[in-house]
Amino acid sequence: MNFLELLKNNTVYLDGGMGTLLQERGLASGEHPERWNITHPEVITAIHQAYYDAGSHVVSTNTFGANSLKFSPDELDAIVKAAFENARAATKASTSPQKKFVALDIGPTGKLLKPLGDLDFEDAVAVFADTVRLGVKYGADLIIIETMNDSYETKAALLAAKEHSDLPVIVTNAYGADGKLMTGASPEAMVAMLEGMGADAIGANCSLGPKQLTDVAKRLLAVASVPVVMKPNAGLPRVENGKTVFDVSPDEFAEELAELCRMGVRVMGGCCGTTPDYIRALTAATSGIAPAPIHPKHKTVISSYTHAVTFGDEPILIGERINPTGKKRFKQALVENDMDYILTEGLNQQERGVHVLDVNVGLPDIDECEMLTRTVCELQAVTDLPLQIDTSDTAAMEAALRRYNGKAMVNSVNGKAESMAAVFPLVKKYGGVVVALTLDKSGIPSTVEGRFAIAQRIVDTARTYGIDKKDIIFDTLAMTISADTGAACVTLGALEKIRRELGCHTSLGVSNVSFGLPCRDAVNSTFFAMGLERGLSAAIMNPYSTDMMKTCYTYRALRGLDANCAQYIEKAADFAVAASPAAAVATDASVKSPENYASELQLSIIKGLKDKAASLTAELIASVPPLDVVQNEIIPALNTVGRGFEQKTVYLPQLLMSAEAAKCAFECIKNAMSASNTQTESHGCIVLATVHGDIHDIGKNIVKLLLENYGFDVVDLGKDVPAIAVLDAVKKHRAPLLGLSALMTTTVPSMEETIALIHSEAPFCKVMVGGAVLTQDYADRIGADKYASDAMEGVRYAQSVMG
Amino acid sequence: MSSAITVLTREYASPPVSEREILRYAGCVSSRADEATVALMRDCLVEIGGSLTYKVCYCELDEQTLLPFTDVSRQLKHLLNDCIAVVLFGATVGVELDRRIARYGVLSPARALMMQAIGAERIESLCHAFCTDLSKEYGAPLTPRFSAGYGDLPLDAQKDIFAILDCPRRIGLTLNDSLLMSPSKSVTAFVGIR
Repeated sequence: MNFLELLKNNTVYLDGGMGTLLQERGLASGEHPERWNITHPEVITAIHQAYYDAGSHVVSTNTFGANSLKFSPDELDAIVKAAFENARAATKASTSPQKKFVALDIGPTGKLLKPLGDLDFEDAVAVFADTVRLGVKYGADLIIIETMNDSYETKAALLAAKEHSDLPVIVTNAYGADGKLMTGASPEAMVAMLEGMGADAIGANCSLGPKQLTDVAKRLLAVASVPVVMKPNAGLPRVENGKTVFDVSPDEFAEELAELCRMGVRVMGGCCGTTPDYIRALTAATSGIAPAPIHPKHKTVISSYTHAVTFGDEPILIGERINPTGKKRFKQALVENDMDYILTEGLNQQERGVHVLDVNVGLPDIDECEMLTRTVCELQAVTDLPLQIDTSDTAAMEAALRRYNGKAMVNSVNGKAESMAAVFPLVKKYGGVVVALTLDKSGIPSTVEGRFAIAQRIVDTARTYGIDKKDIIFDTLAMTISADTGAACVTLGALEKIRRELGCHTSLGVSNVSFGLPCRDAVNSTFFAMGLERGLSAAIMNPYSTDMMKTCYTYRALRGLDANCAQYIEKAADFAVAASPAAAVATDASVKSPENYASELQLSIIKGLKDKAASLTAELIASVPPLDVVQNEIIPALNTVGRGFEQKTVYLPQLLMSAEAAKCAFECIKNAMSASNTQTESHGCIVLATVHGDIHDIGKNIVKLLLENYGFDVVDLGKDVPAIAVLDAVKKHRAPLLGLSALMTTTVPSMEETIALIHSEAPFCKVMVGGAVLTQDYADRIGADKYASDAMEGVRYAQSVMG
Repeated sequence: MSSAITVLTREYASPPVSEREILRYAGCVSSRADEATVALMRDCLVEIGGSLTYKVCYCELDEQTLLPFTDVSRQLKHLLNDCIAVVLFGATVGVELDRRIARYGVLSPARALMMQAIGAERIESLCHAFCTDLSKEYGAPLTPRFSAGYGDLPLDAQKDIFAILDCPRRIGLTLNDSLLMSPSKSVTAFVGIR
């Protein structure tokens, strides 16, 4: 019987604590327990054997921290080899009758992944891959990935296990008292991601006792379609007479776990503080409980690194704005690598209430694979919404799915054989819910039956790849009624038939329906309502459309999905505002003279009123050339605030609020100029970066905002930037000025190295530096051309360098 | 070989907030901060409030474990001279602040600055709450806190501190290659009980 056969119909017992037992046997503080495999093999073997004797089916090798970050390749190999020898010796020595397996144990690296920490995702995958390969080499029966407190690192470990072995994989995470991982993931989010990637059992270990983990266990059981694992601590530790004791006894532990076993938990063991006595008590208390059958849950779920989104009765709104199609300003942002603009589009849609962000950055002449991956990584650094990876380039799709921290939506596959052959393997490997378009090599069928037949074929083909229909969402293709008045009826007919007969969820790009018609919002929102009533689960839509949002919230209220109509009432206030002030401002504009506006705009910038600054600018540029608005309004206002800051009558938060208001005004002007193809005169380009090793960028961002305000083009390389990357950017843009930031003394050498490289390889470029640890003296010593003590000083220097 | 040290963890409810300190960290003199700045601060406090976690891991150090630190730092040795016990702790208010700071780095640097200031005040308040409890429990006053990177104790000592406290596993606090901590609003420190 192999492990998966055992898992299929039986309660499976894992082992208990290792670290706490080694401490009792003399492991010192700060010492690596993994080395004991080599130095104390008899101790390790005896512990493993005691667990088998107590009834464990599986013991985990003493390799929790055995990874290539902590050990050299040779030592790592020796440790894993010895760990398996110790475990196999115990398998032979134990005479207890149950089937016995040895699991390669993999714990976290102890580092936090980017963007929160400094370990790159692919580096993490490589670290885990080293350990996985050794586990395979020395004969592991299965892999247990445990105590992971971050979803991204969990993904890296599981990906390594899948890419470098065919072994069964159990994954358990460390949930806190709040029912979340340290970096915020819920149990539902973890199940979505891990099941999507093919974990064989999923659960929780460490951090708490069995009682405190009951809620997590219930939540896992409610959503998991694979066996649920519980490996709690023996409660909480305390010190008694210099010894560590845990507050849950073996019998209490066993009883509490038996309760979870009756709820359906199928794989059990212990973590910190548990001993063979705990496992013996556990097997005794639960051997009479019939193993719960595992039921597939048939839920269509996507996830981010914090939460899961389940498709059901609630309409799911997918924001469509991160897409260059038909948007000049967005295309410009892509070409100019203006990531802030793209991220702002994402964040603003989140504020409008969408549940998912569609991400499409495809444009001829840009490297879509690189751009899509970067956009996904940058988006997931600033928003916790799940993403829909939208591309027809399967290489870009794979790169983005790999880096995505959760279970993504994938847009899209269709009924063509080559499309399915390219996309389904990616969905199978990385997990995901794929949007399937009901078209094939003959095009889009004009009948309901034709589109349904394609859907049926897609479901059948997906099954051969091991993809269940719950992970397919059908898009029956909205097409404009201006070309064919029957188009909407066919789309909705196919949608309803698929929803009812195939049981799959559906999504539509709603706005296509009104192409070529006037007053498109009215058509779109009515079509949206009709779709919802016939089983539409999600819409790719524009959340700035008040009509669409009205339909969504009204539908929810009418459908009984909004308790006390609370959300409808809350949103109704916004709708009312949206309906009137635009009109009101317009009438205002006709009475007041331009002079009044000018001073009002300046005032709104000085006071930091973003929306007002933007709307006043929008009005003003209707009659005044945009560059005059900059020269006569925005710059004078900024100068007022800047002078105040220098004279210490204005503080940093006020300066920034003004700068943000000015930025909003600039954005209006940029939009107008982008639409009219006006060329701007650039003052030249400044490169900014936080140096290698440093991940603090708030100071750099402040400098960037102010430099942009004063009309400089800024190329922001971000944080933790290697010297060579800085040099490349300086050369590429022929930048006369480079700004470097560092917060910590430990990263100043990296700043010094960057300055030296620039001065020798790009002598045309001046370097200004700033950051918490820097002083004039320090800056002089590392060879900087300028030390700027605050952002305004940086602006003044830029003006002097670049005229 | 020194015996194993027990590392314990504590989780706190939100310690009392000092608006004055937040404004100070944001670069303002609180009595002269304008209305908009104060409103921004309060709005940020409401937004972040529920998503902070206040976690501490700590242990009482025996002489052998302390020795490598006092060997390299005369100032630390001097500070802890005559103490009845020495506690080493790590504290963090969690990753959510870092996420908001990143988010508002894009949307609103003023808000990012304020979140940063709130984080600085929150972690200080957490350390204060923990040390106040320690002082009560030992029934004795404490020395000032002393961290790696202060005076003659090199920042490099963070590696050994993290090995002793097992911060990643206990409270989700990690150390980068350049010895920065993630989450960024975190502290590790020695404190002596007099």
